Amino acid sequence: MSRGLYNNGTDLAVMKPYSYNQAGQVHDLQFSRWMAAFSPRSLVVIGLLFCLWPGFAMAQSNYSFSQAIDALWRWLPFIVSKGFMLNLIVSFLTMLIGTIAGVLLGLGQISPLKPIMHFSKLVTQLFRNSPWLVLLFIVMLALPFEIQIGEQIFQIPDWLKAVFGLSLPIMANISEIVRGAIQSVPTGQWEAADSLAYSRQQTLWLVILPQCFKRMIPPWMNWYAILTMATPLISLLGVEEIITLSRQAMEAEDNHPELLIPFFGFALVIFFAYCYPIARYTLRLEKRFSVKQ
Amino acid sequence: MNSFQQYFFDLAQQNPKWNFIYLYDPSQTERVIDGLLMTIQLSVVCVILSVIIGVVGAWIQGSHSRTLRLVMQGYIQFFRNTPPLVQLLFFYFALGQFTPTYSPDGWLEVPIISNVGWAIISLSFFAGAFNIEIFRAGIQAVPESTQEAAESLGMNRLQIYIYIVLPLAFRVSLPALNNNLVNLVKTTTQALAIAVPELLYQMISIYNDYSTAQNACMVFLFFAYFLLVGILVFGMHKWERQLRIPGYGT
Amino acid sequence: MTSHKWTPDQPLVSIKDVYKSFGELEVLKGVSLDIMQGEVICIIGPSGSGKSTLIRCINALNTINSGSIAVEGQEVHDPDLDKLELRKKVGMVFQQYNLFPHKTALENIMMAPIKVLKQSEAEVAERARKLIKRVNLVGKENSYPGELSGGQQQRVAIARSLAMNPDVMLFDEVTAALDPETVNEVLLAIKDLAKDGMTCILVTHEMGFAREIADHIYFTDRGVIVEHGPPATFFTDAKDPRTREFLSQIL
Repeated sequence: MSRGLYNNGTDLAVMKPYSYNQAGQVHDLQFSRWMAAFSPRSLVVIGLLFCLWPGFAMAQSNYSFSQAIDALWRWLPFIVSKGFMLNLIVSFLTMLIGTIAGVLLGLGQISPLKPIMHFSKLVTQLFRNSPWLVLLFIVMLALPFEIQIGEQIFQIPDWLKAVFGLSLPIMANISEIVRGAIQSVPTGQWEAADSLAYSRQQTLWLVILPQCFKRMIPPWMNWYAILTMATPLISLLGVEEIITLSRQAMEAEDNHPELLIPFFGFALVIFFAYCYPIARYTLRLEKRFSVKQ
Repeated sequence: MNSFQQYFFDLAQQNPKWNFIYLYDPSQTERVIDGLLMTIQLSVVCVILSVIIGVVGAWIQGSHSRTLRLVMQGYIQFFRNTPPLVQLLFFYFALGQFTPTYSPDGWLEVPIISNVGWAIISLSFFAGAFNIEIFRAGIQAVPESTQEAAESLGMNRLQIYIYIVLPLAFRVSLPALNNNLVNLVKTTTQALAIAVPELLYQMISIYNDYSTAQNACMVFLFFAYFLLVGILVFGMHKWERQLRIPGYGT
Repeated sequence: MTSHKWTPDQPLVSIKDVYKSFGELEVLKGVSLDIMQGEVICIIGPSGSGKSTLIRCINALNTINSGSIAVEGQEVHDPDLDKLELRKKVGMVFQQYNLFPHKTALENIMMAPIKVLKQSEAEVAERARKLIKRVNLVGKENSYPGELSGGQQQRVAIARSLAMNPDVMLFDEVTAALDPETVNEVLLAIKDLAKDGMTCILVTHEMGFAREIADHIYFTDRGVIVEHGPPATFFTDAKDPRTREFLSQIL
């Protein structure tokens, strides 16, 4: 087959490279890209729409929009410090546990020992394809609320169970990132290390992984942003994070329907405000790392 | 009760932790089937709607009007950068209060858009936002030179779009689109937050009623979604293979 | 819409004093040439000299800033021009073949006559098969472009343009992207075409080929036609020093 000058790496000499990456693959940063591409102008437009429209719709009710905003203002410190903080703590711990487990699983996927490789692949696909909510429910119901090690009884708080639950899909996705990154290192590297009498372990830890490390950071951060967006799921299992506390606050304020938009709207805003700088930073890192290559 | 059902009934008597009640109790089985059907219904409708939103949105994104493009950008940013759960809650509670209601019997006020309706709207917009980018990238992957060749053969812009750009863009977008659709099916579980009786909701109801069935329900859920997603992924791969252009992307 | 009655004693393609700029960059600086029916002309020159741009202007793929290009008496850059009519008369083959990857070779050839000329599928199919035979690709009718070599793809591209029954064929460096072994098969197809009396305008680097089939050779450099002449005298007795320098580098 003739490979002309304009092949773009495909056999078919006439298609341009497709620039949308599948979610979960090593180089997928689509989530971060979209967040970071958000221009300030659109932000203003949306912000205006948010503020103006409900105000108009509530013009006739007894409980005014400004009272709803007052209520939100009063509850804000509580919701943020007790609620959103818990979301963040959950996200940090989940990412920690998920990353460690994911790296191990990813290494397992490329193991030369067939049983380990198949097992790792199975576990990865299993947890990648399951809905996060189902995994959460299963883990939270299956884990006991207290465990006994020797003489001591340890209480496992429900948010910790949620951490374990969420770390399962994260582990699977990190495993895919690791596998993809390792496989993207040219075989020439393995061959060179081999000819220098490096053992497989040495090659992996001294040659391959250091090269992968930088490449893995942007997709890793991308998953952190996705995970943070998923933490409200734990509210469905009774964990007292931002959504649960918002609902409790609205309950305390007599459940006026005018409260819904400010409170839920605030939740949307605070998540966005947290994830947006992360997305921008992710893209900056990606640019910085790709230039070196 | 036939022997299959009898076996699980006996199992439940002997091992109180493994009560597969949905296998031998017809009313529970019915709940499971209802949940399954609801999940499938949600998935199918949302898939179709989100694809339509994606195609229309990709078209609008290429339009000349600045306001239209801005509005589209705003929509995409909102739905991609916020948790789908919060979107569901926001749509149902915050926006739902503004929907007009009708009264079938003079007493009850039934909103025009039910919780299932809001779930469909919310999830379709959620997946649609991703689809717009998928289709936009697909359309861009068709080289201008191929379109130029069609133009020099006398085709007008519409013909080029329909016969050349769209078929090629669709094939190229298919893997990413399939990924997004699988994600959509998984996200339907979150509709339980607004009491949509899909599979997860039904299973939870069952073990709320019969606490001994907890383990059995969890096992079922695990495998049910694995199968659902597995079938979808398999089906999509077959479709991808069928649509493959020989010689492209070996 | 100005429509002169064109007769074969007038030039088929008439280019007068064409200027074309891409933004600040002036690519064509007053180019004029006439091509009679049945003539085969080759345009050669260094890259950036404007040859491809000129050819694309004939087919209205690029606009011109001033001057005129007329095909069969019809001004190409007339704002009221019916592009469809133009494209029926002018066929173009590109460097990158640009076949439609999702259609077989036969479908590629048949697509435009069916969709654009609205001809019946049966008669188009027959014509397409004849064209496949003409470019020597019998047996490859149902192959997809991805399964064909570059040379084969290019020949399908030629057949595809011929299916519209044009009066003049434009070839834009059609062998530049091919492996040397496959260049020949494409050149043979073009030679065949020229022998049958098709008016051809080729932009090419293949000097040997140009010498063999061209009736007239034009040398462009930096947006102007520096020199032109029949191949017999052009290659041996080039008058302009720029021409001689270019030829010495190529030959």
